[in-house]
Amino acid sequence: MHKQLMKGNEAIVRAAILAGCRGFYGYPITPASEITEVAALYMPQAGGVFLQAESEVAAINMLYGASSAGVRCMTASSGPGISLMQEGMSYMAGAELPCVIADITRGGPGLGNLGSEQSDYHQVVKGGGNGNYRTIVLAPHSAQEMADLTALSFELADRYRTPVVLLADGFIGQMMEPVEFPQTAVEPQLPDWAVAGTAASRGNLITSLHIENNELEAHVLKLEAKYKLAEEREVRAEEWYAEDAEIVLVGYGIVGRILKAVTAEARAAGINVGVLRPITLYPFPTRNFQRLANRARVFVVVEMSTGQLVEDVRLALNGIRPVEFLSRVGGNIPSHEDVLKFVQELARRYQPVLRPIEEQMAHV
Amino acid sequence: MSNEMIPDYEVAHGKSKAFYERYERKGELHHQTHYCPGCGHGNVSKMLARAIDELGIQDRTILINPVGCSVFGYYYFDVGNIQAAHGRAPAVATAVKRSRPDSVVVAYQGDGDLAAIGSGEILHAANRGENITVIFVNNGIYSMTGGQVAPTTLLGMKSLTTPQGRSVANEGYPLHVSELLATLEAPVLIERVGLGDAKQIVQATRAIKRAVENQVRGLGFSLIEVLSPCPTIWKMSALDAQHWVRDVMEKTFPLGVFCDRTKEAHPRLQPAPAPALAELPRILGVADDDLPEGHPYPGKRAEEVDLHVRVAGFGGQGVLLLGEVLAEAGLDAGLEVSWLPSYGPEMRSGTSNCHVRLSTKTIDSPLVVLPDVLVAMNEPSLRKFDDSVRPGGWVIYNGDTFPEDCKRKDVNVLALPFTDIAHELGDARVGNMVMLGALLEIANALPQTSIDAALGRLVKNPKWVALDERALERGRALLKESLLEV
Repeated sequence: MHKQLMKGNEAIVRAAILAGCRGFYGYPITPASEITEVAALYMPQAGGVFLQAESEVAAINMLYGASSAGVRCMTASSGPGISLMQEGMSYMAGAELPCVIADITRGGPGLGNLGSEQSDYHQVVKGGGNGNYRTIVLAPHSAQEMADLTALSFELADRYRTPVVLLADGFIGQMMEPVEFPQTAVEPQLPDWAVAGTAASRGNLITSLHIENNELEAHVLKLEAKYKLAEEREVRAEEWYAEDAEIVLVGYGIVGRILKAVTAEARAAGINVGVLRPITLYPFPTRNFQRLANRARVFVVVEMSTGQLVEDVRLALNGIRPVEFLSRVGGNIPSHEDVLKFVQELARRYQPVLRPIEEQMAHV
Repeated sequence: MSNEMIPDYEVAHGKSKAFYERYERKGELHHQTHYCPGCGHGNVSKMLARAIDELGIQDRTILINPVGCSVFGYYYFDVGNIQAAHGRAPAVATAVKRSRPDSVVVAYQGDGDLAAIGSGEILHAANRGENITVIFVNNGIYSMTGGQVAPTTLLGMKSLTTPQGRSVANEGYPLHVSELLATLEAPVLIERVGLGDAKQIVQATRAIKRAVENQVRGLGFSLIEVLSPCPTIWKMSALDAQHWVRDVMEKTFPLGVFCDRTKEAHPRLQPAPAPALAELPRILGVADDDLPEGHPYPGKRAEEVDLHVRVAGFGGQGVLLLGEVLAEAGLDAGLEVSWLPSYGPEMRSGTSNCHVRLSTKTIDSPLVVLPDVLVAMNEPSLRKFDDSVRPGGWVIYNGDTFPEDCKRKDVNVLALPFTDIAHELGDARVGNMVMLGALLEIANALPQTSIDAALGRLVKNPKWVALDERALERGRALLKESLLEV
């Protein structure tokens, strides 16, 4: 069968090592701790470095060091720990250092609780550190995607020389599903920009400091150009019965799974529903939204936050379609029934059917 | 101003090879440093450069440049350079050294950087005995930001943020970093030196070389604290500042060796060599060859399976294991499966539940909202989830009597004292497996071979496997008996 039951959190570390990761620096926090524990077990066996840091601040700066030395490296944490890592993420983005940060979210603000929320969206997708930078953000919705997107994270981190965040809610981290892994491992490479303590790398400098105004402006514009390239090339989203949908449900992580189940039931009840699930939260799948807007009458964002993803959906649609919002927080999850009821109510409200936008335009 | 306008001059005693010939990374004045006249950094940089020269480690050396006046070390040092966030140099150095054990990593930090914002990082790097060298330049003030109080500022000394002078009542006493770190067991060398006069400078030169050499020899953590003049912020002449180090600063910060384990220290163990790449899937337990083939139904499955199960009880009753065995058996039988544990505050308060789905199709949501079977191991769990059971579904309840007010006409119930039955079988702890036996009989979706395979994988002790198998059999029999009774 070549699949085995595994928690998403456990799949991350195995996928990371197979992707060439040889450094894990972490600090325990529920619900991300299994990642650190599994890394403690396997990283030394794979010839890599595992270290439990004295704080998340130290952990992210250890990534800064390992990445500077040209090693694929990662850490894992949850909301409060990610907040502490923001300084380091800004430095790494500025110094163009690749790394992977798994954020297995919990409830906030502050200590919040251990339940699952999606309230880290802003601090991760918009960047919580200082300066003009972005991090690429991938949002898995299954244990298999925890593995696959971890591998992709390392590729993207190196390709764009930037931190990549794997943003998953506690459910995706704790859930066990069958997972399969590649049977070949990526060989660690030494990038030519790294500072590795060798004659060849002696002239290299890793820094986020550019003391002259024009120099910093040029650097920031270079970063920006890189992000624009990622926006062109790296967008990923899943469309699930979305092509002909009049009501498009939008959600990521565990919510994406619920929306798929709701879609099946709503369609059985004659409501033309589909799902658009962003896999990259940055770069955001703006074009998928605009294309589906041709057909869709309304977009429904379902989110375990008081409204963070929904802001990006509104920006993507820029007023061409209404955006409705359903939210649960505090560790609660929007129930299947609640979403279905919400959709049924919308199906009534958004009648009569608007014509597709091309038809409207044809009469202008 | 163009560089050509500045006349070149010969440096009489020559320059260390570890310095760049011209400081091209600087915006201007490529032949001189950014340090103020009389600043101690010039001396300390030369000492470090000389040590690098003498030890022949220029290619291997990596300098960690922190935030503060020493941030521009990379202008001058022709070695690998990494600029670090304020205070974090020891954390950065830790990972650089561990990533590249052959490198020689030097964190060159000031007192604001190391003793204030980076106090956590230096303490833990020292306590882990990281094989790095830390040069700690202590001038008792935040210089680069214009002269604010530092943890090392002397009592009574005025600064921009202690306009009346540092007081014990407000800022506390000067922090003695070397003395503090010397209480740890791991460091190899901790020494405080000064730049107060020629004699002190000779000793400082010697100490810095030893601190780097210790690392080259693989001995572990060495830190040299250097009392260093800052004439600009102290508002003194270069000479007065130098003498102030010797005559005043040294009274608060006595020079000396606070810890020296160089003689008894052993080179740190090198990490084991990395395994061959091809070995990694096996090491990680994901090699296809090592994974069981499973026991899927031969040919096309006769019926579609779409089983939703909710298991709930107290922690310790085996709620999660019951679910795992079911999911593992489903996977073995070639089904799509998901297992989702109760998650959140419940995890920590003694009750536990899980969602299990088995299906011939891709599983959309792993959350079970309308269970076909509810396994309720105690009354609170029954009360919590009884209403959710799909009409026509089953409730398997661990209890002598089914609570009257929970009775529903549209669901089937198997209520038995499963814990007692398990006790009779040999151990009350296999109550979960008796209940699973009943569930498997109801679901009738999995071959026995898959259940045996799942038990074999999840239960390591053969004694327990045998008992679990008996428990499962008993559960199946009890379900069948209950059907006959009806």
